[in-house]
Amino acid sequence: MSDASSGEPSVHSLPWPEQYQALAQQSKSPILKAFYESGCPSPDTPISEVRMLAIDFETTGLDASQHSIVSIGLVPFTLDGIQLSQAKHWVVRPKLPLHQTSVTIHGITHSDIDEAPDLEEILGELFSYLNGRIPVVHYRNIERSFLDVALRWRLGEGIRFPVLDTMAIEAHLHPDRNPSRWQRLMGKKPVSIRLADSRLRYGLPHYAAHNALIDAIATAELLQAQIVHHFSRDTRVADLWL
Amino acid sequence: MQAELVDIRNHMAQYPPFDEMTEELLDRVVGDIEVVYFKAGSQILELGDPSSWLFYVRSGAVEIYRRTGELYNRISEGEVFGQFGLLMNRKVRFPAKALEDTLLYKIPYDTFQYLWENDDNFADFVEIEDRSRLRSAVSRREKSNELMTSKVTRLISREPVMAPCTVRLQEAARIMTENGVSALLLMDEEGEKPRLQGIITDRDLRTRALSEALASETPISEIMSEDLITIRSNMFIFEAMLTMLHNNVHHLPVMDGDEVRGVIALSDIVKYESQSSLYLVSNIYHQQDVKGLKKISLDVRDSFVRMVNEDANSHMIGSAMAGIGRSFTQRLLELGEEKFGPPPVPYCFMALGSMARDEQLVVTDQDNAMILDDSFVPEAHDEYFRALAKFVSDGLAECGYSYCTGDIMATNQKWRQPLSVWKGYFTDWIENPKAEALLNSNIFFDLDGIYGETEFAEQLKALVAEKASNSQRFLAMMARNALNRTPPIGFFRTFVLEEDGKQQKTFNLKRRGTAPLSDLIRIHALACKSRAQNSFERLKAIGNTKLLMEDDLGNLRDALEFISIVRIRHQALAIEAGREPDNNVRPEDLSPFERSHLKDAFQVVNNAQKFLRFRYNAQVARNV
Repeated sequence: MSDASSGEPSVHSLPWPEQYQALAQQSKSPILKAFYESGCPSPDTPISEVRMLAIDFETTGLDASQHSIVSIGLVPFTLDGIQLSQAKHWVVRPKLPLHQTSVTIHGITHSDIDEAPDLEEILGELFSYLNGRIPVVHYRNIERSFLDVALRWRLGEGIRFPVLDTMAIEAHLHPDRNPSRWQRLMGKKPVSIRLADSRLRYGLPHYAAHNALIDAIATAELLQAQIVHHFSRDTRVADLWL
Repeated sequence: MQAELVDIRNHMAQYPPFDEMTEELLDRVVGDIEVVYFKAGSQILELGDPSSWLFYVRSGAVEIYRRTGELYNRISEGEVFGQFGLLMNRKVRFPAKALEDTLLYKIPYDTFQYLWENDDNFADFVEIEDRSRLRSAVSRREKSNELMTSKVTRLISREPVMAPCTVRLQEAARIMTENGVSALLLMDEEGEKPRLQGIITDRDLRTRALSEALASETPISEIMSEDLITIRSNMFIFEAMLTMLHNNVHHLPVMDGDEVRGVIALSDIVKYESQSSLYLVSNIYHQQDVKGLKKISLDVRDSFVRMVNEDANSHMIGSAMAGIGRSFTQRLLELGEEKFGPPPVPYCFMALGSMARDEQLVVTDQDNAMILDDSFVPEAHDEYFRALAKFVSDGLAECGYSYCTGDIMATNQKWRQPLSVWKGYFTDWIENPKAEALLNSNIFFDLDGIYGETEFAEQLKALVAEKASNSQRFLAMMARNALNRTPPIGFFRTFVLEEDGKQQKTFNLKRRGTAPLSDLIRIHALACKSRAQNSFERLKAIGNTKLLMEDDLGNLRDALEFISIVRIRHQALAIEAGREPDNNVRPEDLSPFERSHLKDAFQVVNNAQKFLRFRYNAQVARNV
């Protein structure tokens, strides 16, 4: 997320609930205004009471300023259940040409994309899920920055929100995941914090398919597992969000 | 359902009851799921909590408990739990705990309700009464065998051929020839309506009339068979077959009350079942020596496998195998008497254990005994009976019936005694019961006379029936012994799950399944003075009293049938694969169908054992 965004930097140093209130005042876009007005839970809220939304984007590349979103998967959840009844998946038309490599990764073809809507057309629906929920992602630098850039293009202003990042949690749990040369010689293996590898450590099943929705579900499951193994239902949300 | 959820749908589509669900319905289920993760050791459901979900195990393992805290089941990937609470009062009836890190798919009550109303297969699967699942599993199988679904009347192709029992030998032979029949019914025409009095067959004419060179004017009543074995017209063909096998008769009059509907012959049934066990039996009687019998005995296993492949039920197979064993024994006794001469005093050769119960399979040893007439004088007569017993026992061993390791055979002098001594044995076992002694003599409480003065065996059965029901101590000891062997709880992955949570690689289907069942059925049967020996017959007899409820009887019958048939099929598969059949089964050899129904059947045995302990006030049982 670019810190040189609209609004005074002082706003950005406010706690998240106050920041939402301030941004709701400043925001010109009705969509973003509504998002901030739907509020952010207080930092002391136990994680078990937080409504969350697992999100995954498939993109044409890793750089938000050069690449585009191709598909979006999301699913609302709490610690007690991931609601597949509200799971959503969209293919959207990227602004920039589709890179051949990404095509093979995501299994999304040019014809899928030709028929797909622009992100702008689904923003209303996307925000109906986002409003009032804390996003959960695996590697925050993709989802938060790509959404921020995409909104700047379409709405003329970016977006700020806290996230729970399952990859950051894994990184925190395995600070010494990259063994030194000496440790390598002693047979120590590096610990991978990629989504699929992290899941294995919690006995979570392997998913054959890869699409934004399955990855969003996989992320939600991973967060549930991380909480029951390393934290508690009473852990403050502020101890986890970034 | 979002198309991207296909991974989840495909997982569920591998497991019952979702495997038989329409794609549309399964999509609906997946679209309603909530996913939740539990850490190993954490509680998933507490007793009495509101119950609002059906749980599907996506990965990991879960333990289900009874309200008493006993382990009820252990389940893994692809299995469901939580249905009992949903079907009953929406309260958790069986607490659940994660055994491993577990990912669950929760199916909401509304969806569960919808499936239950719209998918019969689903409803059957989650039905609160596991027993009904067992019932339908057993009956589905039985429906596939023609012998078990067709009535005997189907075999009657003509009006019965009858004659008054006052006719002469020559006249009877003429009627049979003219009508082209192998048996003639002889009627008593004294009363208002003619009444069936006797039967004469081709074989009788040959063996009784021709060989004795009887005069053609001999009254037929002098050589006809009386006290006929008949069957009712509403019986199934397989019941006719069992009757023929058990009694070694080749013709059966079919009766409607007092009226004769027709006669069915062995050959009528053999047509239904070419190369049948009946055919094998008739062949046994044509053998002239042990060598011949031994040769035929090689066909027994083929006959067994064929019956299994033709979906015969366990009662049929057990009776057929016992009938074959009985025939070998009878033929050996005939050959023995030819060799050693006629017996010096009357005697009865008695089958014990599974043969007496008509529940014999292919892996079996010989259990037999001799009851001698009370005029028996050891110094004068025992040499004869010892030699005869040895001849039969050796012959049986040649034919594949190995010697009894516990030495329960007529060759053992202790089990070759006059009737009065036998009566003393039984009286002592029953009136002065000792658990250890009864454990060894258990087998004598399944007995059947198969040759000679079978009346002797009947006297023993009568004595047992009379005395056993009056001795609470005897019944309590028998019950205590019967509780020594318990069934496992069920299966978990490739393991057998024991009550204490231990896991085994294999288990013995006889020791842990059919034997505990036949043990407890025997005790109830003794308590209600039944003289029946076969477990299914005993259940019928118990049903005539009010000792067990109708439902419980049905459950026991289904459980015995299902466990037996799995055991039988397991042995047939071994024979077909060229392996030596046994009773040890590994869970991975069982189909999902067999696993889930075996578990239901074990549950029936478990409940029946609890009732047995309570009913006969049997003290704490030792474990296996």
